[in-house]
Amino acid sequence: MSITGLDTMRADPPASPQEVRTATIDVTVNGRVHSVSADIRTSLLDLLREQLHLTGSKKGCDHGQCGACTVLVNGRRINACLTLAVMHRGDDIVTIEGLGTPEKLHPLQQAFLRHDAFQCGYCTPGQICSAVGMLDEARQGWASHASETLGGGVVLSEAEISERMSGNICRCSAYPNIVDAIRDVAGDRP
Amino acid sequence: MKSFDYARADTPEAAVRQSGNPATKFIAGGTNLLDLMKLEVETPDKLVDISRLDLRDIAPTDAGGLSIGALALNSDLAADDRVRTHYPVLSRALLAGASAQLRNKATTGGNLLQRTRCNYFYDTASPCNKRQPGAGCAALGGFTRNHAILGTSDHCIATHPSDMAVAMRALDATIVTMAADGARRRIAIGDFYRLPGDTPHIETALDPGELITHLELPPPPEGKQIYRKVRDRASYAFALVSVAGIVSMDGGKIASAALAFGGLAHLPWRDKRVEDALIGNAPSTDAFEAAADVLLTDAKGFGANDFKIPLTRRTMIACLRELTSGAAA
Repeated sequence: MSITGLDTMRADPPASPQEVRTATIDVTVNGRVHSVSADIRTSLLDLLREQLHLTGSKKGCDHGQCGACTVLVNGRRINACLTLAVMHRGDDIVTIEGLGTPEKLHPLQQAFLRHDAFQCGYCTPGQICSAVGMLDEARQGWASHASETLGGGVVLSEAEISERMSGNICRCSAYPNIVDAIRDVAGDRP
Repeated sequence: MKSFDYARADTPEAAVRQSGNPATKFIAGGTNLLDLMKLEVETPDKLVDISRLDLRDIAPTDAGGLSIGALALNSDLAADDRVRTHYPVLSRALLAGASAQLRNKATTGGNLLQRTRCNYFYDTASPCNKRQPGAGCAALGGFTRNHAILGTSDHCIATHPSDMAVAMRALDATIVTMAADGARRRIAIGDFYRLPGDTPHIETALDPGELITHLELPPPPEGKQIYRKVRDRASYAFALVSVAGIVSMDGGKIASAALAFGGLAHLPWRDKRVEDALIGNAPSTDAFEAAADVLLTDAKGFGANDFKIPLTRRTMIACLRELTSGAAA
């Protein structure tokens, strides 16, 4: 902590009042540390796509409504479009590119292929990142709006998965197969 | 998005020292503020990032209640064992709101301070007294399906969007703050929100630069607790009407009742007269109808939201049936 109580992480002073403010942002993405200078208005999503060229995370609505930008930050699923990159210094971010490779797919990627859980594929990276976060939440015993009781012991029924995945929209409406793919992987767990 | 300055605070004292200018905003989860900044509905000159402050803890109070750090995430609060066990109405309200991704980012303090989802507030081409005092209200005479039926004014008919705040109102939460000069203050949730009147841009009792640091819940209330939300989709939609209800029974009669309503007003609505109409009565359709009459005496629709008046009545009565029945909530 500095004497002022303000972190050293702040915008560089503007050259003129109308000037764009920039900041240096250090983040770990898919296990790799990056240090990037960016306009402080940059969303985490834009940082990933435009500056780190990780274009797997998609920009659908850019307002947190569609879930196509879902990534994992310190293990939790969030909408990358609704957060400033500058607020994520030091965070550990995982995108779809960090979950699997064409040679070694993540079990959810395999399940989405097996169950034909997409048509156009635009929402799929967000669906899969969201499902990774969702399975972890269920493992921790978090209830959902669809849960009969608030106690632990989550059984991932179709209704539970639909509710827990409601932050991810699929314009092709591949929902039944998305639910099947996720159930398939959830069932693999002890 | 307009350009702004940014600083991250690492103590509450440092955060409030940076504030006080109305053009300075605190940012925590940012899920609502950034959305509005993208649309230039919100145009702060400076953001003070409070997301790393040590205000995430949920801890018992000496009084037997629960202290909730303003930065406790909505998902963590909903999953907290003490909340699930002793304040289930709060868990249920949180889980009925937003999406899992948003609940993983949204904070308790930020949830209380959400802005309305009135479509005219969001549309900068429309006049809005909340966005620009004195400009007029495009919702009056506009499409009002999501708008208020209680406590409206000629200047604003917007609703408060939060589910969590409705449960907090039923639970009699207290909001604990730190002012720009470091002074602490406790505000009962019943005194926290303001009706629109002729100043709909002033939504809460907070002074400029005042920071919410905690919420406090009193000891767990007696009786059964439920949260019921009626909306246009099965998930991920704002309430048309919601009810947070807590009722205890004694000898076949209603001994205590707390009913707070979402989707109806500029604030999470609670009317003591409704609860007084119920207390001491045996549960019956007549008693519930009479209490609904009290709630809705002054209700006023604006056309497209007229349906909310009978919907509120039916939802309230359904909740009261469940709250006073023997079955588990």
